[in-house]
Amino acid sequence: MAEDAGMLLELYNRMVTVRTFETVAGEYFAAGEIPGFIHLSIGQEASSVGVCSCLQADDYVITTHRGHGHMIAKGADLKRMTAELFGRKTGYCKGKGGSMHIADFSIGILGANGVVAGGLPIIAGAGFSIKMRKTDQVAVCFFGDGAANRGTVHEVMNLASVWKLPIIFALENNQWASTTPLEVSCAVEDISCRAAGYNMPGVVVDGNDLIAVRKATLEAVERARSGKGPTLIENKTYRIRGHFEGDPQKYRAQAEITPWQEKNDPIKRMYDYLVTDGILDEKMNLKIWDDAAAALEEAISYAKDSPFPEPEEALEDLFVNP
Amino acid sequence: MTERILSASAALSEALHEEMKRDETVFILGEDLTAHAGLFGQFKGLPENFPDRIIDTPISEAAIVGVGVGSALTGMRPIVDLHFSDFVTCCMDELVNQAAKIRYMFGGQVKMPLVVWCPDGAGIRAAAQHSQSLEAWFVHVPGLKVVVPSEPADVKGLIKSAVRDDDPVMFFQNKNLFSRQGPVQKEEYLIPLGKAAVKRQGKDVTLICYGSGYYLCLEAAKILAGQNIDAEIVDLRTLKPLDMDTVISSIKKTRRAVTVHEACLTGGFGAELCALIQEELFDLLKAPVKRVAARDVPMPFSPAMEDFCMPKVADVVEAARSAVSWTASR
Ligand SMILES: Cc1ncc(C[n+]2csc(CCOP(=O)(O)OP(=O)(O)O)c2C)c(N)n1
Repeated sequence: MAEDAGMLLELYNRMVTVRTFETVAGEYFAAGEIPGFIHLSIGQEASSVGVCSCLQADDYVITTHRGHGHMIAKGADLKRMTAELFGRKTGYCKGKGGSMHIADFSIGILGANGVVAGGLPIIAGAGFSIKMRKTDQVAVCFFGDGAANRGTVHEVMNLASVWKLPIIFALENNQWASTTPLEVSCAVEDISCRAAGYNMPGVVVDGNDLIAVRKATLEAVERARSGKGPTLIENKTYRIRGHFEGDPQKYRAQAEITPWQEKNDPIKRMYDYLVTDGILDEKMNLKIWDDAAAALEEAISYAKDSPFPEPEEALEDLFVNP
Repeated sequence: MTERILSASAALSEALHEEMKRDETVFILGEDLTAHAGLFGQFKGLPENFPDRIIDTPISEAAIVGVGVGSALTGMRPIVDLHFSDFVTCCMDELVNQAAKIRYMFGGQVKMPLVVWCPDGAGIRAAAQHSQSLEAWFVHVPGLKVVVPSEPADVKGLIKSAVRDDDPVMFFQNKNLFSRQGPVQKEEYLIPLGKAAVKRQGKDVTLICYGSGYYLCLEAAKILAGQNIDAEIVDLRTLKPLDMDTVISSIKKTRRAVTVHEACLTGGFGAELCALIQEELFDLLKAPVKRVAARDVPMPFSPAMEDFCMPKVADVVEAARSAVSWTASR
């Protein structure tokens, strides 16, 4: 299937936006302007953008602690995201959540999660509700290779498959779970082989190839929408940054990271693809990066100009009927 | 006796070095322990010195505690690290239905020498899922011991006792206290579980605390002293078993009490203390027992909101002052 040139350009644009968001967030975090912790998804943009590009506006997504890319890819507003990272009242969660807990329910994002694999049981509920309500929506849960080792993953995959829930399990295997490499924590190299145990498709995808991610996701979405049940997609990628910003990373050498930055960067790969096909040239490319930088600058100003919540606002939002 | 100044982290690591050297069945299990000697560097030196006995696991909390329970049943003395105390929720069955009950259910046939090491507490802008203080949950479960040390010396003496104890011990250390320094005796010592410490003598009001609450009380007592209120500080150190004797004898002297903890108010350990105190000392009390605690909401992310939710020195001062100035209205 040939992909539409305009759409591919738009998706390239979106990957650049994610990269720019992450880079700028990293800088402001380093400068001490963002409290708490942030986990960046630099190098994983083909997965977030590729998967979300296959979804309808009303499809559901649950993300993780490394969720900025998924948010942006599903259409989140950069200003409200930035404001949330900065702990401002105008942020998505009024400053209650921060980087690890962003959500935009109006566009189907059911939340980032600070508990590893915390989103997986919930996605089963979203999938079940779709089935009960008889809509054509699908539900996607992003999770990491580390998360794949939580016991709840087993419960959910079995249930989703036996009930044929419209779910896409979007595993981002970035080779590391915090300080722990895949081979130390996982008995198999391709986690997607576990799908066989649940009688659902499990596919290994070059997760830094936007087009490959799209191809696998479109199939999974089609399967889910047509009532055939869930798919486990394993996007093989790599975590370029530390686990969190400021991670001393004593556990790995730069030599391991460099090839992923140089040869296997998903944005560079897409750039090469688009240039080869005559869809993109250097002038357009510069404009894409400049526009992304300008959008981020605007988002940062918005965040910085926004007020902090009043301390007492901490007591709001606990119950609907207090 | 020689004393050095150590951080709480260094005290913990020193104690574990001693215990692992003394007893080959002691080992530490958890996520991301070896690369940086624990998430907070709290196990400094142990990965080098005991490479086979500090072990990285997959992100599998139920399995981690399960391995702890099963190996405790079969001759080992495991310490399991839960990364953030918030993740106790991911292994509650292993803690509450298994570790806590196995000895009792099976008629006392076995021992369960398991230590569950849980870093807890708020104040680092880590938001709702990484900031809780959940010790009261475990106090409510018969079969678990609960230790919440404050100063480095307590950390050292108590973790050693916890490792040697034949019952499951939930050991909560506040993450804001890891770098706090304090004197630690060089010669080996143990602090028994279930023994509180009177850390400041006073005659007007008893401040009952543990963990990070101790440091709030310490500051508050200085301020109160400037206002001619002489506070006594009882650091419980262990919540279960609870040293009620020390609490009672202090309140018999001061006849007023304030409980202080970082966990949220409702259903917190302060409530249990209030119940016990009024049962024992109803006639003697000159004022109702006041509780200082966090607000009853999940921890919000934004700094000013988080600070607002956490108990503060001023809250302790205020509670102590109101206890001292209380006059019966009827
Ligand atoms: C239940 C639980 N256990 C442990 C943690 C601490 N933790 C946060 S992220 C992380 C690593 C997650 O690895 P992975 O799922 O591969 O995602 P990645 O960080 O690589 O995106 C760990 C151990 C947690 N947040 N929740």
